Amino acid sequence: MGWLRLLRDTWVMTLRNLRRYVRLPQLLFFSSVQPIMFLLLFNYVFGGALGSSVRIPGIKYIDFLLPGILVQMVMFGGVQTGIGLADDMGKGIIDRFRSLPMTRVAVVAGRTFADALRNLVVIGIMIAVGYLLGFRFNSAVDALGMVLMALLFGYALSWVFAFIGMIAKDSETAQLASFVFIFPLTFASGVFVPIQTMPSWLQVFVRNQPVTFIADAARALALGINEHGAIWKTIIWVVGLLIVFVPLAMWQYKRRAS
Amino acid sequence: MMPYAFDLKNVTKHFGSVNALNGVSLHSEENKVFALLGPNGAGKTTIVRILSTLLEPSSGTALVHGLDVQKQPKEVRKIIGLAGQYAAVDEFQTGFENILMVGLLYGLKRSEARKRTEQLIERLDLADAANRPVRTYSGGMRRRLDLGASLVGQPKILFLDEPTTGLDPASRQGMWQIVHELIDQGTSILLTTQYLEEADELADSIAVVNEGKVIAKGTSNQLKSRLGNDMIEFKLNRLDDLAKAKEAVSSIAKSPADFNKDTLVMRVPVNNGSKDLMKLVERLNQARLDVEELSLHRPSLDDVFLALTGNVTHTDTPIKVNHKGVG
Repeated sequence: MGWLRLLRDTWVMTLRNLRRYVRLPQLLFFSSVQPIMFLLLFNYVFGGALGSSVRIPGIKYIDFLLPGILVQMVMFGGVQTGIGLADDMGKGIIDRFRSLPMTRVAVVAGRTFADALRNLVVIGIMIAVGYLLGFRFNSAVDALGMVLMALLFGYALSWVFAFIGMIAKDSETAQLASFVFIFPLTFASGVFVPIQTMPSWLQVFVRNQPVTFIADAARALALGINEHGAIWKTIIWVVGLLIVFVPLAMWQYKRRAS
Repeated sequence: MMPYAFDLKNVTKHFGSVNALNGVSLHSEENKVFALLGPNGAGKTTIVRILSTLLEPSSGTALVHGLDVQKQPKEVRKIIGLAGQYAAVDEFQTGFENILMVGLLYGLKRSEARKRTEQLIERLDLADAANRPVRTYSGGMRRRLDLGASLVGQPKILFLDEPTTGLDPASRQGMWQIVHELIDQGTSILLTTQYLEEADELADSIAVVNEGKVIAKGTSNQLKSRLGNDMIEFKLNRLDDLAKAKEAVSSIAKSPADFNKDTLVMRVPVNNGSKDLMKLVERLNQARLDVEELSLHRPSLDDVFLALTGNVTHTDTPIKVNHKGVG
């Protein structure tokens, strides 16, 4: 009974959040335009210079780049979760939800789930653009595995940003605070270039931060490279982030809303 | 014995060093309308937020239909509806989707939630706009939609936090009309307002709140008799008319009329402003007396406070104005 109610309330809140993308199509448009720009920019502007650093036989730069850009995209997408919740918290609607006999976790769970569905759409668009640029998956099963991995990582991150968004006073602060975390994590990682090209002190950080594993895991799946270590590390990170940040976000939701 | 619709026993609330409520005790019978009247920052919204489980009191107990808001918040949420000045509606959903969403979150079956949503949309005169996103709605429409959302769960008690603040006169009349219909159906209502006129129009009992304390309570008539009266004012053309005028008002005035010889203005305290005004016009006609600047004055919130505290309200300097304000 309690679980059924949780699922139902979460679905109601998911629909509510998805309607925002239907009523404001420009929101979905710009969520896709930014990663597509990154894809084109890196492939054509930096690709010539960076491509030669990728020394895997038979692998073009776009094959290396696309899985990494997808990881970057779900990270930027997670920021939207925080902004959306920060926005809700500043408005009367949150009082409405809190005065209703609904499952409390549904307010945040519905938001993170809606953002995961949006990520799925944007990932689809990105892969289509990637195909135009010459990207190819190794196999359909591997493709599915990569999409799933990016989605799960994005979902776990949504809870992290949900927590940050509800700590922030308003949506602008939520955005700024989130980017402070996101920028070093995405750029000082194996997303855009092979790690061996970096100075050795930086390699220590880059090799041990999650975005690198996840980019490696996504790339390994996309290209059919044997890289079980990165895949396992990614799964551990996803589970770990959820274990820590779901309760933190719920705690902050209850605290903030009183 | 039936439980009270709501029952506050010596409730206090502190926000840091600010005392928003200093020991409030109030209760209301079922199916009655109770109004909290006071200026911004008086503590009205804090009381509503405590009763609707959004805030916990610092001390004291708050019961809604016999349920303790701190110990049984989930049970309380099933039987309350909350609507207010901040119109808690979702901009990107249509009016229909907003009410339906709240109905589903009350735990109604989808078919039942749809049925009630359709009825409410019709009743609140939103049928034409039902399928438009709320961001295209006017202020009055948002309030009606907000009220609709609070009614879809068929609450036993409805909290209306300043339902007409900031509305134009026509929207205010419309809102009152709807509240009257709810009253006729026998819903318990707790309403907060800054307007004496609104409390007078809608409420069975009124508590006047200031600085976190109840400074007076009673029916509208009881309070008015403490607060001063409706007052009819007019100006004579000539001082010679004074005797005639005194005679004309003699049977209407509740207590002796006041006359200013310099301005020629006569002020007549009366019991029932609008009826007495018509009577007076009739008398003045019979006496063939021409007067100027005939007007009716009712006590305002300022008059209430002047009478009760000797101070005017601080409406120019609200303590804090946001939706979580002390207001």
